[in-house]
Amino acid sequence: MRPIQVFFIYLTVLIILPAEAKSRDLILATTTSIDSSGLLEYLLPKVYKKLNIKIKTLVRGTGAVLKIGINGDADILLVHDKDSEISFVEKGYGSFRKEVMTSHFILIGPSKNPADIPTNENTVNALNQIAKSKSLFISRGDESGTHKAELRLWRLAGITPNETLKRRYLETGSGMGATLNMASALNAYTITESGSWAKFNNRGNLVTLINHTSDNTYGIILVNPKRHKHILEINGRKFINWITGLEGQKAINSYKINGKRPFKGTSLIEEKNK
Amino acid sequence: MFIIRFPIANRIDDLDDLGQGFTSAASLIISLDTDLLSILNLSLRVSLSAVFISCIIGFPLGAFLAYYKFPGQKGLVIILNSLMGLPPVVVGLIVYMLLSRSGPFGVFGLLYTPTAMIIAQTLLVTPIIGALTRQILEDLWFEYSDYLKSLEASKIDSMATLLWDARFSLATVLLAGFGRAIAEVGAVMIVGGNIDHITRVMTTAIALETSKGNLSLALGLGIVLLITTLIVNALAQLIRTKYN
Repeated sequence: MRPIQVFFIYLTVLIILPAEAKSRDLILATTTSIDSSGLLEYLLPKVYKKLNIKIKTLVRGTGAVLKIGINGDADILLVHDKDSEISFVEKGYGSFRKEVMTSHFILIGPSKNPADIPTNENTVNALNQIAKSKSLFISRGDESGTHKAELRLWRLAGITPNETLKRRYLETGSGMGATLNMASALNAYTITESGSWAKFNNRGNLVTLINHTSDNTYGIILVNPKRHKHILEINGRKFINWITGLEGQKAINSYKINGKRPFKGTSLIEEKNK
Repeated sequence: MFIIRFPIANRIDDLDDLGQGFTSAASLIISLDTDLLSILNLSLRVSLSAVFISCIIGFPLGAFLAYYKFPGQKGLVIILNSLMGLPPVVVGLIVYMLLSRSGPFGVFGLLYTPTAMIIAQTLLVTPIIGALTRQILEDLWFEYSDYLKSLEASKIDSMATLLWDARFSLATVLLAGFGRAIAEVGAVMIVGGNIDHITRVMTTAIALETSKGNLSLALGLGIVLLITTLIVNALAQLIRTKYN
């Protein structure tokens, strides 16, 4: 057969082939920090093996994920901004919310440390140092969980970054990875999440300056099937029960990046505290 | 996502990002990674389908606007020409809102499927095909009008003749449309969602790897995409010279 004929046959097959499978997979909308950490690539095959549920993941910032949930374009949301999660469920957009796991936020910056932040400084002082220095600070600026956590830290420090840092405070409006790339290229300080940072490959001169600025709690929400009839409630509940159950929690705890375990299952933490 | 085996042993560390990009492109091609092949296949399937549908709409539309002169025709031409500059993210957003479960076509459950991506790219490519076709056929119509009128050819026959005689120019129009579709990331990212194994195409994979900080792998994927586009264009040229 001549190559041209092969090409046309290929083209015809492409167009005729059915575009998608008949039954719908469960759709999980989650945050860019979770996606950057690689956790789901580790968990989802286990879910498929155990529950025979296939899951499609969609990745946006927490604010955008909640909007996807309001529109009913995902079945399950895995996000990290407790206040907006609770109000999401209270407004009836979600059936219920369960806490899944925690990691923490960290402060990273250039290894030359132009703002002279001492090691193991507390976060409030460190942010004040940055505000006083001439260094750049990069913010997600996208209403994501990480962005809101960062804003809480500025509030704790009593600083309004837009006013104090002015043009040294850069809001990227992008995902975690894009923001880290910018921080790396500009030698800037930024707040990021421990899991995404552990997995990030383009660090340049960036180093961790504060290992734990605040806790980062992830909650899981089932989008309310009463508002959207097409929501896959049964499989959604099965998945939520698995990930908040012993097996899922153990799997989360055992996920390692470069020898570190960035996530801790919520129910296992509580048991330890008892 | 990809398991990269670098055939050129551990010298990878000595190279800068650009050099590593070419090395990872080479190793991606050599290893024929199945993930890569399925992503490449989806890219071609989505973009070629979109171009195919756009041609079915755009060629007759262009011929119609070239052949008929009516009040408002100029206005339509201006609109069609400006639609060539439609930003992909805007198209993505509009298609998202139409296909969202809360939107008018939500019941079909098409969001985050390859079909949604084909719809978005079709909207992007059709104006390009339509507008360029109109321009080419209008120029040709100046040469042909006396001849076709003397033959008393019907309107349909006249338009068909114009399309047929311009076929080699129209092949270039088709390639311009294909170039737009295969290189576009904004629309497919929004309506496809970049879901692994389902709606991940070359451009969204490149964006993803860049966001992970895997710059050399991202560049490697970019080079593979470029080579693919080159092959498609070369094939088109081959067909053209053969039948010209």
